[in-house]
Amino acid sequence: MREVVVISGKGGTGKTSLTAAFAHLAESKVICDLDVDAPDLHLLLDPAIIRDERFISGHEAVIDPEKCVGCGLCASMCRYGAIDEKDGVYSIAPLRCEGCKVCVAFCPEQAIDFPPRHCGQHYLSQTRFGPMVHAQLFPGQENSGLLVSRLKKEARALAEEQGLDLILCDGAPGIGCPVIASLSQTDLAVVVTEPTPSGVHDLERVASLCDHFRTKVAVVVNKHDLNPDQTSRIDALCSEKGYTLLALLPHDTAVTEAMVRRQAITEGGDSAIATKVRQAWQGITNLLHS
Amino acid sequence: MIVSVASGKGGTGKTTVTASLAVSWSRPVMAVDLDVEEPNLHLFLKPKVTDTEVVTLEVPEVDESMCTYCRKCAELCQFKAIAVMGRAIMTFPEMCHGCGGCMAICPEGAIGVGTRELGVMERGVVRGTLPCLTGRLRVGEAMSPPLMRHVRSRMRAESAAQSLDVLVDAPPGVSCPAMSAVADSDVIVLVTEPTPFGFHDFKLAWEAFSPYEKPVAVVINRAGLGDRRVYEFCAAHDLPILAEIPYRRDIAEHYSKGMILAELDAGLGDLFSKLCRDLRELAKEVRNA
Repeated sequence: MREVVVISGKGGTGKTSLTAAFAHLAESKVICDLDVDAPDLHLLLDPAIIRDERFISGHEAVIDPEKCVGCGLCASMCRYGAIDEKDGVYSIAPLRCEGCKVCVAFCPEQAIDFPPRHCGQHYLSQTRFGPMVHAQLFPGQENSGLLVSRLKKEARALAEEQGLDLILCDGAPGIGCPVIASLSQTDLAVVVTEPTPSGVHDLERVASLCDHFRTKVAVVVNKHDLNPDQTSRIDALCSEKGYTLLALLPHDTAVTEAMVRRQAITEGGDSAIATKVRQAWQGITNLLHS
Repeated sequence: MIVSVASGKGGTGKTTVTASLAVSWSRPVMAVDLDVEEPNLHLFLKPKVTDTEVVTLEVPEVDESMCTYCRKCAELCQFKAIAVMGRAIMTFPEMCHGCGGCMAICPEGAIGVGTRELGVMERGVVRGTLPCLTGRLRVGEAMSPPLMRHVRSRMRAESAAQSLDVLVDAPPGVSCPAMSAVADSDVIVLVTEPTPFGFHDFKLAWEAFSPYEKPVAVVINRAGLGDRRVYEFCAAHDLPILAEIPYRRDIAEHYSKGMILAELDAGLGDLFSKLCRDLRELAKEVRNA
C-alpha cells in the first residue's frame, strides 16, 4: 500500500483542486482529507456519509463554583493564562485551556473537574471516486495532529479491508502539528506551489520539513506563467535538492469554473490544464513504483 | 487599536491586505506576522531586522540521582512527555506542552528546567519608521501557540508603550493558532474570495470567531471570479464588505514580484486608504456603542 499527501506550506495554491483531480484519475484508492481544520475536498466530491463518529481527545478543566473557595492558586500556576478572575470568582476559558491538568492536581479543594473533550467529528463516506475519510475539527480546538493520525489509521484499515492499494490525502497548509502528523508513513509528499515570493518561501520550509522526516518530495508549480523568474528559481531549487518537478500548470480560470460546477478539473473534457494534471498524476504513479 | 487580518482559507490575500494596510495607515502602526508556520509578511514589507530572539519552551530536565521513581510526574503529564519504567525515567521533550506540572509535583525537586527551541522572533523596521514583528517556527516544531503567545506579549507591550496601532497577519484556518491570533483584536478583517472553497471557509471562520463578539469586516479578493454566494451571505448577516479587490492578472503578477498591492496604481491606493478609514471608523463605533 502506498500513501501520497498533497501539501503546500502556503495556503490557496491549489492543493484541494489537484487532489480532487488525482482522486478522479487514480484507481483503487481511499481518499482522505487531512485538512481537518478547514476541509474543502468534500465540496468537490460530495460524499455520502456512511459513518459519523465523535472525536474525543484530551480533557478540559472546569471549575465547580460550588466548591471553589477563590484561593487563586490555579490561576497562578496556569502557564496558558486560561483562568480568568472576576470579582473573586474564577473560571476557565475553554479556548485557552490546554488540558494539562495542573490546576486539577493542585487545587486544594478538588474543585476542578476534568471531563473528556469533544474536539470534532470524523466521517467515513462514499464518493463517485471511491471511499473517503474526512473530519471537521471544532473551532479553536487543539489535537488536530491526533485527528490527522486517526484519519490516516482509518484510511489504512479501510484500504486493507477493501484491498485498495493507495491512500490519497489532501493535506493542511503550514508546517505545524497537522502537517507533521500527515507525513507519518507517507511515501510521497506532493508540494503544490506558485511562482511568488510566498510560494517559494513556503515551499522551501515545507520541503525541508519533509527532508527532516525523510519523506520524498515532488513539486507542482501552479500558475507557472505568472512569473517565469520565480518558476526558474523553483526549478533550480528542485534540481539542487533532488525533488521531482512534476508539472507546470498555467494560470487558468478553468480551475475555479470546475470548482463552481463542483467537479474535478479533469472531469468533463480535456482542457490544456487537465492534460498537464494527467501528466502530473502519471509522474506520481511512476515515482510510487520506482 | 488592533486589527487582525484572518481568512479561514489560506491564500485568499491576508498578507496582501495586511501589507497594503500597513503602508496606508494614517497613524503610527506596527505590523505583526502571527502566521508563524509560514510567515510571509516580511517578503512584502522587507523590514530591516534589528534583533532576533530565540524563543524557547520550558521542558523537564530530570536529575536522576534525586529521582525515587514515584511516577507522580508521569501520572500527571497529559502529553506523554515523561515516562517512568521500573527504575528508569525518560523524557520526550518534543511532546511537552511546557505546563510545568512535573516540576511542581515532584516531591524530591528532581525535575529542573530545560528548554526546547520553538523558533525565533524577529523585530525589524520597515522604511525607517514602521516597526514589524515576525514569529518564525523552527522547521520540525509542531506547536505554534507558545511561540505566538511570546510574540503577542511583545506586541501588546510595545504597542501600548508607544501608543501604536497594530495590524496582525493571522494564520489560516480556525483551529487554535488562528483563534489565538485574533484574540487581542478590536476588529477582525476576514479576507475571502467568491469561490466555493473561499465561501465555505469564510463561513467556518465567521462562526468560529463569533463567540469573541468582535466586529467583523469583510474584504473580497479576486472579485469577479466564482459566484455571488459570499455577497448574499454578507447581506443576510449584516456583515460590511469594506473593499473588493478585482480579479486582474496584473495584480497577480505584481504580487508575484513581492510588491505591495496598495502601491500598484492610484485606484488601489485609494481603495486601501478608504479601507483604513473605514476600519478606524468601525473600531470607533464599537468603542462608543
